Amino acid sequence: MSMTIVMCALLIAGILAWFAEKLRRHSARNIALMSVLVTSAYFAFAVFTSHSAVNYGQLQELVRVDWIESLHIEYALAVDYLSLVLVSLTLFLAVICILVSWHEIKEKAGFYYFNLLASIAGIIGVFTAVDMFLFFFFWEVMLLPMTALIAIWGHENKHFAAIKFFIFTQVSSLLMLVAIIAMAMLHAKQTGQLSFYYLDWQVLDLPVSLTQYLMLGFFIAFAVKLPSVPFHSWLPDAHTQAPTAGSVLLAGVLLKTGAYGLIRFVLQLFPDASANFAPFAATLGVLSILYGAKMAFAQQDFKRLVAYSSISHMGFVMLALFSFNAIAYQGAVLTLVAHGLSSAALFSLAGMIYSRIHSRNLADMGGFWQSAPRMGGFALAFAAAAFGLPGLANFVAEFLSLVGAFHVYPMLTILAALGLIGSAIYGMVLFQNSFQGSLRTPDNRQFKDLSIREFLVCSALISLLIVIGFYPSLVLVFFQTADLAQVKDVLEGATL
Amino acid sequence: MSIAYMHTILTLLPFYPLVSFLLLISFAKRLSWQLAASLSVGAMALSALSSFALVWQLSADLPVITTHLWQWFTLSSSEQINISFYLDGLAAVMICVVTGVGLLIHIFAAAYMKEDENFTRFMAYMNLFIVAMLMLVLADNLVLLYLGWEGVGLCSFLLIGFWYHEKANVLAARKAFIVTRVGDTAMAIGLFMIFKEIGQLTITDINESARVLWIAGDNQPYWIALLLLGGAVGKSAQLPLQIWLPDAMAGPTPVSALIHAATMVTAGVYLIARMHGIFLLAPEVMTYVAWLGALTLLLAGVAALAQSDIKRVLAYSTMSQIGYMMLSLGAGAFSAGVFHLMTHAFFKALLFLTAGAIILALHHQQDLFKMGGLLKRLPFEAVLFSIGLVCLIALPGSSGFFSKEAIIAQLFSSPTAGPLLWVCAIVGALLTSIYSCRLFFLAFMGSARFESPLQPSSSKLVKISLIVLAILSLVGGAFGTALEHGLSSVFVAAPMVEMVNDPTWLHAVAIATPFVGIVFSWFYFSKYREVSHSPLVENTSAVNQFAKQGLGFDRLYDWLLVKPYCTLAKVNRSDIFDQLMMLNAWYVTLWHEVLASSQNGKLRWYVAAIGLAALLLTLLLMLNVGEVSMEIS
Repeated sequence: MSMTIVMCALLIAGILAWFAEKLRRHSARNIALMSVLVTSAYFAFAVFTSHSAVNYGQLQELVRVDWIESLHIEYALAVDYLSLVLVSLTLFLAVICILVSWHEIKEKAGFYYFNLLASIAGIIGVFTAVDMFLFFFFWEVMLLPMTALIAIWGHENKHFAAIKFFIFTQVSSLLMLVAIIAMAMLHAKQTGQLSFYYLDWQVLDLPVSLTQYLMLGFFIAFAVKLPSVPFHSWLPDAHTQAPTAGSVLLAGVLLKTGAYGLIRFVLQLFPDASANFAPFAATLGVLSILYGAKMAFAQQDFKRLVAYSSISHMGFVMLALFSFNAIAYQGAVLTLVAHGLSSAALFSLAGMIYSRIHSRNLADMGGFWQSAPRMGGFALAFAAAAFGLPGLANFVAEFLSLVGAFHVYPMLTILAALGLIGSAIYGMVLFQNSFQGSLRTPDNRQFKDLSIREFLVCSALISLLIVIGFYPSLVLVFFQTADLAQVKDVLEGATL
Repeated sequence: MSIAYMHTILTLLPFYPLVSFLLLISFAKRLSWQLAASLSVGAMALSALSSFALVWQLSADLPVITTHLWQWFTLSSSEQINISFYLDGLAAVMICVVTGVGLLIHIFAAAYMKEDENFTRFMAYMNLFIVAMLMLVLADNLVLLYLGWEGVGLCSFLLIGFWYHEKANVLAARKAFIVTRVGDTAMAIGLFMIFKEIGQLTITDINESARVLWIAGDNQPYWIALLLLGGAVGKSAQLPLQIWLPDAMAGPTPVSALIHAATMVTAGVYLIARMHGIFLLAPEVMTYVAWLGALTLLLAGVAALAQSDIKRVLAYSTMSQIGYMMLSLGAGAFSAGVFHLMTHAFFKALLFLTAGAIILALHHQQDLFKMGGLLKRLPFEAVLFSIGLVCLIALPGSSGFFSKEAIIAQLFSSPTAGPLLWVCAIVGALLTSIYSCRLFFLAFMGSARFESPLQPSSSKLVKISLIVLAILSLVGGAFGTALEHGLSSVFVAAPMVEMVNDPTWLHAVAIATPFVGIVFSWFYFSKYREVSHSPLVENTSAVNQFAKQGLGFDRLYDWLLVKPYCTLAKVNRSDIFDQLMMLNAWYVTLWHEVLASSQNGKLRWYVAAIGLAALLLTLLLMLNVGEVSMEIS
């Protein structure tokens, strides 16, 4: 399997779309959709065929060639189940992103799809790179097109939001860069050779007094991306101002790069330092859950509300990861998938509503259920997913996270469970203000029900949420053997 | 019937209404009334028939039927959470009540809601509710039970807010969902704790392991039982989470009958009975259960005395009857509590549905002070309603009598209840008979206080369902022994309460109390029952208003919780953390502006700046030189 092909295909298709749009209108979106579908098919096929021969429970190296020889920087990709699941989520949401942009993007459509595809390629790179310099490179690659998406096709306050997003991510990733360089130097000190290779770093033997600072460098970068309180404030602005697909991509997968980083680098490179730091990180997680839920309730803007709810959900991931518990770890991974789908669904819904009434303000909404019963049904289901209704994916995810975390931090978990009440409150506000009550739209515009394309988007998302909700083994089966052992090792390392 | 057949029947039990729900929701308004009604009612009939067939097969030789559908998820190598059903005596009672009473209410609803433009949506939700309720009672583990638990909550929310154009209904639905969610969260924490302490979430395993691991009075069962109780009081509208139920009457009347009287609100009772293994190890919590039940039944009885809306009277009465069930559970009389659950489902469904028929005949008039004299005008409904009230008051011979007596008889000498709680139960019975009489007098006697002509329903469906419910209410007491027998294998561990020492006057008092109430009301509420021409006015004294609003709990919670939370949200709408972060931006901008303004293109400013800087540098140099020379010297 070659992830390089997947990334190159997306990038080339992006460039193609950019130029093709100039020749023929609407060609960009078709090219983008086709390219994502074809690469997804290739990816699925490659995974499926190699699945029996290769054990993705461990990191499997795909490619490793020299890139900048003098600094021993390599182009190295590797995947395990975690990467594979997240790449699949990315590709699935890429299709959703293109479908929700279908009519929304009218200006500079070619360049738009180029940015979208470039960003997706970057994200896939982040999930697969095992050379840390390469990882950092992809980290930037996904960031720049994303900023462009917000800055060019965003809403009324787009420049401010784009700059804020850019600065937050840049400043935090600077810390990570310092930590990466320091690690490479340390490797040189211990073995006499510079190395940015992840697996080389894993075998380094470093004192905790040193690793705790390096760990913090990574932790802050990923905590900003996740995001965790108090570094979260870029997210509501970015989500709100971004075009629909931008929000879907941000919430659905970009936030997951933060969680991925925490799992892959913070927890696995610095197990002891993370274990020392765990009570603090878990507290941050709980704080995010409660603060996010409270802030979501206070919002008047549909997208802002969903944005804050994302902060709340990501708090569960933080709490679960830093519990160093096998059950909680499964919960964290499943939360990534479940939240990826449910937040993407809610943002798509926000986009559909915006295309009808040109407003995101909940005060301008009401009673949509009457004229759009199908949309109302989906909205209810998506809101129910957000407040963790059993039977949908998010419930299993949160339940596993909390059950696991309760073993380690009973008091913190009880506080975190209060988030269930908070989520019910904002979920109710979101759904009832927009779909119940008497019909209200700005200047009494007509409110149409879902089109076929929108129906397709919604039903794809809800079916996945239900299937995973009743049969989470679909995802969890990959995380019951290999990674648990790793988490356990980490746990034992902490107690020794 | 072979065992394999029964497994299939049990497996399919919740799926008939599920299929009906899916069909109704996908085709929605394209279905005609006939098709939609027969689909939803037919699915219910199938479920009910299956339930009866299953219960028929349960016996001493075959006390439990289980069936495994698929594995949901894995918690540890030893504990898998399955989608599996577990049918024992307790679950059998529940499925019979849910599907049996559910079927009758569906039949009623098909006629009652016929004119509603969203008829199919209504029947779809009702079916979905039955699915969730069946999951709840059949679950073999607590996580699946929680799925049903939340599912019925969602359906309750949807059905309370069914007429969502009215702001009040929307708010009532929101309130019901959030208040019960508070209880659910306690219950969820209870589940986490059970798994941490026992490592299992399968119900039978928990009850068994708990008995092995702990002795009565240990710390862990105390906390677990308390947390589960939190879930139970939320769902069953008991103190302190009782405030949502009266508002929930905003839903259509069949909903009130099905969800907020017969089935969902008794889920808390079911939960405690189901987890009795844990509760028996926490005698203090059993006492709390009894006290919460007793206080709720008194509070609700007092509140019911002051209501003017017929449905709200019934809502408070439901609350108080569930209080009896809780009291019974707290006293360790599990079978009696479940017995009362069943009879209550019959007669309260009857009361609600008849009330619905009356409300419809009066053109959606629910105010008791605008009724009156219906005894002659709606004789059919009046007779049925009286049957319901007779059961509610527990007059000898009615089903309510048998079940309530069974509860009261066991209170006095129970180690976790006692004489004081017995007194509460008696006072509660007195209150019940007084508010029932008041309700009867106001609605059916006195002078007619409505203007428009009556429009009684002539639908056969309505009549059939009401008559069957009335028969069940009258003869429901006869199921007592069968029930006792079926439940004896479930509550093996429950200590038998000895009744030999009870003096006979206890029974006499319990039987006489309702009559005292009736006699008292006959004279005290004489103005309600006598035909007079002076207009009847509601008592508007402060005490009455206080009771009418549910004894001020709404205001208390508003003041303690809702207002602070909303204020906090409002004050911090712009996010304090964001403000702090933006302070950096502000700081940078400030310097940018200050420095940019110095670059103003005026020569004299530049000259002055150069001069000043030169002066400063010289000064610094001199000071430095001075320091250096001092160091040298």
